[in-house]
Amino acid sequence: MSDTTAQSGKPKERAWYEPDAKLSRRHAADRRLRIYGVAAIVFALSMLATLVGTIAITAAPAVTQTMVTLEVEVPEGAVDPSDPRGGSYQKILNSAVARIFPEVDAPREQRELRQLFSNGGQYALRDKVVSEPSLIGQTFEISFPLSDIGDQLHKGVIDRDLPREQRRVSDEQIAWYDRLVAQDRISAPLNFGLIFNADSRFPELAGLWGALVGSFYALLICFLVSFPVGISAAVYLEEFAPKNRLTDLIEVNINNLAAVPSIVFGLLGLAVFLNFFGMPRSAPIVGGLVLSLMTLPTIIIATRAALKAVPPSIREAAIGVGASKMQTVGHHVLPLAMPGILTGTIIGLAQALGETAPLLLIGMNAFITAAPDSMFNPSTALPTQIYIWADSPERGFTSRTSAAIIVLLGFLVCMNAIAIYMRKRFERRW
Amino acid sequence: MTTLDTTEPSGMIMTKTADNTGTLAKAATAARAGEHETKISAAGVSVFYGEKQALFDVTIDIPARQVMAFIGPSGCGKSTFLRCINRMNDTIDICSVKGRIEIDGADIYDPKIDPVLLRARVGMVFQKPNPFPKSIYDNIAYGPRIHGVAKAGSAMDEIVETSLQRAGLWNEVKDRLHEPGTGLSGGQQQRLCIARAIAVNPDVILMDEPCSALDPIATAKVEELIDELRTRYTIVIVTHSMQQAARVSQKAAFFHLGNLIEVDETDRMFTNPTDQRTQDYITGRFG
Repeated sequence: MSDTTAQSGKPKERAWYEPDAKLSRRHAADRRLRIYGVAAIVFALSMLATLVGTIAITAAPAVTQTMVTLEVEVPEGAVDPSDPRGGSYQKILNSAVARIFPEVDAPREQRELRQLFSNGGQYALRDKVVSEPSLIGQTFEISFPLSDIGDQLHKGVIDRDLPREQRRVSDEQIAWYDRLVAQDRISAPLNFGLIFNADSRFPELAGLWGALVGSFYALLICFLVSFPVGISAAVYLEEFAPKNRLTDLIEVNINNLAAVPSIVFGLLGLAVFLNFFGMPRSAPIVGGLVLSLMTLPTIIIATRAALKAVPPSIREAAIGVGASKMQTVGHHVLPLAMPGILTGTIIGLAQALGETAPLLLIGMNAFITAAPDSMFNPSTALPTQIYIWADSPERGFTSRTSAAIIVLLGFLVCMNAIAIYMRKRFERRW
Repeated sequence: MTTLDTTEPSGMIMTKTADNTGTLAKAATAARAGEHETKISAAGVSVFYGEKQALFDVTIDIPARQVMAFIGPSGCGKSTFLRCINRMNDTIDICSVKGRIEIDGADIYDPKIDPVLLRARVGMVFQKPNPFPKSIYDNIAYGPRIHGVAKAGSAMDEIVETSLQRAGLWNEVKDRLHEPGTGLSGGQQQRLCIARAIAVNPDVILMDEPCSALDPIATAKVEELIDELRTRYTIVIVTHSMQQAARVSQKAAFFHLGNLIEVDETDRMFTNPTDQRTQDYITGRFG
């Protein structure tokens, strides 16, 4: 068949199934489009992988914390058994250290030696004695963190082969550290302090507990305020409000509100909640209120979309058997819209969890070394804690910042996973 | 027939048709031994969607315990009129209704009438089966529950059983009352919707093309059911199928472009229509 075209010389003598140039051009365009798509996805995924990978690699040293184990003797006279908190534990620790390094006697050297151990050692010892007063007058082993430089030395972050002027530890400190290793006093267990400690000036003691509690309270407030208010507003606007210029204006404003930069909400919170209502500075309750302002538009928009998606036939069915408007919405429309509403809410809350700017303005980036007892106490939140740590000069905070980012990302992924699960679980078909 | 007199001076064709209806209805009443008094009486009903008038001055009497079919081409206003009878149009903001519709002599657009109570007396079955995404039992029990007809328990069980039996669905679903109503077949779903409408004990059942989404077998079952239901209920059915109107209805009303053209005994309308447009529609020349 194909040679007929050639021999007869007549143009367009072609069987219907033979592709012409135009068709192959069309197919080529298809293929190109597919390649562009795949390339875009590969690019996006590699960017994501780079981001997460870098953070994870930076965070890796923070997974463990270098600890030192010492034999400590608490002499009878050093601690008053009726008031064990008042003892001079730093002195007791110093003498324990001196027993290992008896040759260090010059005050300057002693100070250098003490720099190897965390400032938190005395509190670890104090807490142990307070919980077990029978230890007074005895010798026992205690583990506590090495200081930041000791920690970095152990993890190899500080390169001991560098010339002295370029590294933060002295040759003596390296030698002392090596002696501790040789005596098998150094260990590196999992760093639970990163989660369960509150913030500290010392990286080896700093943890996220205060930020986690603060974020929890703030999100709780945010949910308690924005969920009922958002749903009520959306139900009213979608189901009851007359369609007129006023409701149109409200709708436009809500949609615009969702696009307002978050720092503006922070300024609003500062002006209204702190300055006008005189609420406590840095407190999760204010943070939660500010975040709920931000979350409200998201929830309202998601709820309205979910309500719109409920088929009108269900409303007609309910009205047809004599349900009132309220019953129609309450018994049928709202339950059917609930999965969509919850998904929108969780996504709004996840967004609020990661929001930093408004919290900075209401002072939730304060340095606070204890978790808040209530939502009225000063506190930080996860993103502001990351901000504080990222700003700190100590080497140990570099890895801890990344670790905190991983914790935050972990929470976000969990919340989004819950949202997806709920959408799938409660998805209905009509 | 007294309400008709008030609209006597309105449209010319209208008045004539209405007069015909009146006499015919009287004849029918006589023929069936006084069984079919007027249930619903509409006079001068006009419906507007915003500026646009969808229904022009409709006057009609619908007899009790009979099936009245509304026929006509698409967009002729028959569904609009049907939805006036249980004030379903109230839910559309831009819709306004003029004129008078009476059920058992009471004006249903009287401000004293609560549409919620009206809709309990005038049930409705929609074009697409629309069971609630709940169990079969809850679908039926919902209406009685919100109207306080029965509390949960044996009284409610009885209502559910009776309603399903009247809708001819009991034997098919009695073993799976607590399975979702949306899991039934299309025809079963539609009968479930009929049972749901019956459960609140209405006088009138409005059906808006109840079989248009069903296959022929399911349609036959629903039609059979309609025929049984007419011993208890006044039924108004909108249908696109002339055959269906002929099969299920005793009286028929032909709508065209928002006007009620002709009301007559179904048999007579299909064999010997008065109006040319009715004849054209029935013989398939338009619509």
